[in-house]
Amino acid sequence: MTAHGFLPYVLCVLLFAVGIYAIAVKKNLVKIIIGVVILETSVNAFLVLLGYRVPESGDAVAPIITPALNGQAFLQRSVDPVPQALILTAIVIGLSVVALMVVMAVRLYEKYGTFDLTKIRKLRG
Amino acid sequence: MEWPVARLLPLLVIIPLAGAFLTPVAALLKAGRFCAVIALATTAVLLALSAATFAGPPVAVAWIGGWVGTSDPGSVTGIAMVCDGFTRLMLMIVSVVAFFATLFSMSYMRRYERVGLYYALILLMIAGMNGVILSGDLFNIYVFLEVAAVASYGLVGYGVESEELEASFKYLVLSAIASAFILLGIGVVYNLTGTLNLAQVAGAVRTLGENNALWVATGLFIAGFGLKAAMVPFHAWLPDAHPSAPAPVSAMLSGVLIKATGVYVLARLVFNVLGATGASGTLLITLGMASMLVGVLLAVEQWDLKRLLAYHSISQMGYVVLALGIGVEAHVKGAYAVAALAVFGGLFHMMNHALFKSLLFLCSGSVVYGTGTRDLHKLGGMGVKMPLTSMCTRIASLSISGVPPFNGFFSKLIITIAVVWAGHPILGLLTVLVSFVTLLSFTKVQRYVIHGSVPKRLSEVRESPVLMGISLAALAVMCLGAGLLLPVYKGTILDPARDALLNGLGYVTSVFGG
Repeated sequence: MTAHGFLPYVLCVLLFAVGIYAIAVKKNLVKIIIGVVILETSVNAFLVLLGYRVPESGDAVAPIITPALNGQAFLQRSVDPVPQALILTAIVIGLSVVALMVVMAVRLYEKYGTFDLTKIRKLRG
Repeated sequence: MEWPVARLLPLLVIIPLAGAFLTPVAALLKAGRFCAVIALATTAVLLALSAATFAGPPVAVAWIGGWVGTSDPGSVTGIAMVCDGFTRLMLMIVSVVAFFATLFSMSYMRRYERVGLYYALILLMIAGMNGVILSGDLFNIYVFLEVAAVASYGLVGYGVESEELEASFKYLVLSAIASAFILLGIGVVYNLTGTLNLAQVAGAVRTLGENNALWVATGLFIAGFGLKAAMVPFHAWLPDAHPSAPAPVSAMLSGVLIKATGVYVLARLVFNVLGATGASGTLLITLGMASMLVGVLLAVEQWDLKRLLAYHSISQMGYVVLALGIGVEAHVKGAYAVAALAVFGGLFHMMNHALFKSLLFLCSGSVVYGTGTRDLHKLGGMGVKMPLTSMCTRIASLSISGVPPFNGFFSKLIITIAVVWAGHPILGLLTVLVSFVTLLSFTKVQRYVIHGSVPKRLSEVRESPVLMGISLAALAVMCLGAGLLLPVYKGTILDPARDALLNGLGYVTSVFGG
């Protein structure tokens, strides 16, 4: 558990809900893309939170092994490096997905001259 | 002598990645006609490699980068590639469909521009799928999932017409939501067990027992992978996305992508990693049932050939998920014989669906290639004009509707028997009913595409080129053979896959060889 109890987790879930809301309700392609970005950010924040640990004494430090911070000291004081490695990958993946989405939105704008989904809809279902 | 299969496993990902790099290079060097050859050679090599994995030990594990300190399961770090019975079945399905789809593309894609990029995306998608199937690591599954997904977004929007772009955008957004759910689930599992390795997670779950966080993770995974597998109510993107792609890609998407990145991972996680529970069984049965019914009812009213096929994909994957759900339920109750039959039926139907649905989509591609339309109203009389395509369409239609002696009949029969045996006679009746409606819907396809009079506009239509014909005929023969030769290959392909799933949390010992 973090130093602030449940609050950061609740905020993450709230951010997640905001993202889902934007995707589900908004009719503008750009706003939908922003919703996806918010969604991805909330998940990344959640993963970082999971890796955060408060040591028994002093503050948590970045997980970098130095001569002073080695072995047992590292285990006791550093935060968990694995989720940070994960979100680094997740951010890159998210970036490429968002880039692709923006390309699609621009191409759609070229076809229709609008970002409004209600005017774009050719497909049923 | 046993093959060093563990050393071959990374090649199944590396080779298509290399191919995906080489095809655009060939296109840049003005050697465009080599692109198709490179792609075909790559898929042929993959087919051979997948077949070679059968010669190895029952479970082969490759530890990437040699990060194995000791054989103690608790202290292993690094990424693993695991090849067990279920993996082999999926590898085989992916390789077979990929090979014939690429062969089909060689003729079909002549009408499109920038074919080098098309083959690059196809090979990237194959690399992603093979990675998902082989990966023994939760986060790696996520990464490869995204590799396959990003390639498929590109392929869905390949035609860059307005409908295709719209379908691709819709697919992208829904798929991004699925990825968020999956990543959230991975986070929960990591926090709970402190590891991402599937086998270690399975071991931790076994000592942990029932746990609330495990429920959350299972729910998140079922939502995420259910979306990727287009289970009702998460199905809205599939009928737009799959028909929009070029026909060989539709065959790949419907034939293997929703299985490899959706149902495969779902089955693996529910059976082998998070452990079978009564609730996950009920959830899978409900999802499967809803997909079966809704998919087929929406399919009946479609007049767009490829859209109709896409709705049937939802319905047929419903069968697979239903059978797996029955398997989970029976496994929890301790009715192991029922579980074995249900899981066997589900896996068999998954294989069959890959064969006949890719055949159907390739047939629709052949029809579109010849006539330029996929509207059932505007087609007719293709039985005379395109005899081979029509014959293959007939075979695939009978297979998917479950008419003996084709493969769909046997797998649906097994699923129905298992469902009734597990004590759900009403569900059993529904599986038969859905099969009947499927037959009805494909009677419509045959009536409007194959029979009837040839419209004046289509009087000049001729049979498709020979390479397309070869892939159609080969898949049609496999549809027939997969049913009739079941006793011959069952012991090598399907039984190990079923046993791997029903091994349950014993997965941890099979991976660590303990």
